[in-house]
Amino acid sequence: MPAMSEAQEHARGDVNASSTAADTPLPAADAAPARLRCSARGIKKSFGETSILKGVDLDIPEGSFAVLVGPSGCGKSTLLRLVAGLEQADSGTITLAGRDVTNLPPRDRDVAMVFQSYALYPHLTVRDNLKFGLELRGTPKAEIDKRLDEASTMLGLGPLLGRLPKQLSGGQRQRVAMGRAIVRRPTIFLFDEPLSNLDAALRAEVRVEIRRLHDRLEATTLYVTHDQVEAMTLADTLWVLNGGQVEQKGAPLEVYERPRTKFVATFLGSPKMTMLEGVLVREEGRFIAEGGGVRAIVDDDRFGTALEEGRQVTIGIRPHDLGLAKNGAAAVAELKVELVEALGSEAFAHGWLRAAGPSVVARLDADDARSVRAGSAIPLAVSPARVHLFDPKTGVALGL
Amino acid sequence: MSTDVAVTDRASPFERIAVNAILVVAVVYALYPVLWVISLAFSSGSEPELRAFPVPHNVSLDNFRIVTGWGDSARGWLFAKQLMNSLVVSLATAIMAVAIATPTAYALARHDFVGKRSGLRTLLLTQMFPGVASAVPLYLILDALHLLDTRTGLVLVYAATAVPFAIFQLRGAFLAIPVDLEEAAMVDGATRTQAFLKVALPAARPAIAVTALFAFMSAWNEFILAATLIGRESAFTLPVVLQSYVGEYNTSWGAFAAGAILVSVPVMALFYVAQRQLISGLTSGGVKG
Repeated sequence: MPAMSEAQEHARGDVNASSTAADTPLPAADAAPARLRCSARGIKKSFGETSILKGVDLDIPEGSFAVLVGPSGCGKSTLLRLVAGLEQADSGTITLAGRDVTNLPPRDRDVAMVFQSYALYPHLTVRDNLKFGLELRGTPKAEIDKRLDEASTMLGLGPLLGRLPKQLSGGQRQRVAMGRAIVRRPTIFLFDEPLSNLDAALRAEVRVEIRRLHDRLEATTLYVTHDQVEAMTLADTLWVLNGGQVEQKGAPLEVYERPRTKFVATFLGSPKMTMLEGVLVREEGRFIAEGGGVRAIVDDDRFGTALEEGRQVTIGIRPHDLGLAKNGAAAVAELKVELVEALGSEAFAHGWLRAAGPSVVARLDADDARSVRAGSAIPLAVSPARVHLFDPKTGVALGL
Repeated sequence: MSTDVAVTDRASPFERIAVNAILVVAVVYALYPVLWVISLAFSSGSEPELRAFPVPHNVSLDNFRIVTGWGDSARGWLFAKQLMNSLVVSLATAIMAVAIATPTAYALARHDFVGKRSGLRTLLLTQMFPGVASAVPLYLILDALHLLDTRTGLVLVYAATAVPFAIFQLRGAFLAIPVDLEEAAMVDGATRTQAFLKVALPAARPAIAVTALFAFMSAWNEFILAATLIGRESAFTLPVVLQSYVGEYNTSWGAFAAGAILVSVPVMALFYVAQRQLISGLTSGGVKG
């Protein structure tokens, strides 16, 4: 649990309010700050012997886009289903718009959900799918028509209204599923991996559309994904879950640039951050992380008192920060190149720093990559600000 | 490339002739006995003549008149009553089977409860014994309940055998419907019951139709129990009536054939009406393919 509480203490910016709230238990559910649309306290959930959530706190300010991200089995979908009311928590409370909904069935929670499978009612036309929730709630007909018009204009559903789900393409079904949520005007929108059934091109398109709709509707949103690109691009606040706990939360770039644990560091970013075991040495008044074929100066200001000569550390460097040493820059390592992946705009060189060491990836400019051949050795450089250090035992980042 | 496609896509004339010849043989093989029945039914005279081609000789509707009691009001009424018996018993069996099996199957598909596994096993166990095996106890039970010679008794017996099968069939159908659909409905504002009635039930409609049809047909065609439990002529169902034309000393094949056709027509009509439901696919498209 240390990683989590530290993560909360250090969360900045947009999450400031919520992190304070998270650290201070609320006296009562109905006293939740008005700005908070959704909050969960101490959520635990097990399925049989398997503990899925081990005490999770979650806060989503009004109008904010929160993304739950993590590997499969981390409990992100379970947490979403708990907010929706489709599962019951073993302990903990869930508050929506200041109302304790912990023991309420889904229909009384005023949430709307977009399922991974879209879950469109197969026997109903698109129009009836959109109307379904409103009619159940006894919304007046004029109001239903108005909202239907709005949503179908917004999503371009007009020509599809008379069709059955089976007559729609994957992208169209996805839009209908979003439309069904939008017409409801709920307290919170819940998305459960809504893009995973779309092909890559469409996924990028719909991703932008989801963010655009969110900004336009100022809709409070909780979005679950295992895709880090979706997580990075969509989120106001990113919640990284691992093993049933919140490993880190914060603005996406902040989490990316200052990962608090080895897990977060390797989970976000592609290719993965390279991790090398090493030791801190002091030379000419500067600390150098040395190990696994790397000798890199570290940022004294960032790590401060955590730097001790002889301390064992895990050195983390993102492939994107590890580049060709040019213009007299000091080389931190020499890469024995195994193969070069040219992506057009850039290239990745895969290889080893040491014969027995782990495989390492470095990013090269497309022009530089032309002259690099498999089997050659190239000097690599990294900015001290981009060298991450972790405690080898706890996996927690140094200099927090 | 284009010539390749032409060669592989279009069979040569020889292949086509061969395929059609095989199909013709298969059709003749399947229809030959049926054609014989039709031929016998529309021939006058009771003795069947064995000929290679089942073409009726002396075409007439005599056999149908005999079976339906045409022109003889007493026999006519009796046949009408027997036809009604069959219809009422079969329909009631189908309705009862579906009405009991649908909620049961849904519960078994969607909920976990004590005794679910053992219950399912017991249901399966009942399917292992042919209905005839229980003919004697059933006779005694119906006798004690004063339900011998009644349609109600027959319906109860048929439903008892139809329900377990219907439960298994419908449970499979509900399991095939993604839970997401009902969850979406409940998030949309439905109660569990509304989610069942408004989403799961319509999605299971083809399976329910097939199940009802099966129950109807098994009741419609059932002979042994009907013959055992019904002794009064006016309470006969059609299979029992049909059997009476094949006597120990005298067999009226023509009337038997005409009766067989009359018995088959309603089932064929039902299949025709229900074929749209039978070709399921109502659930496709609601969730990912």
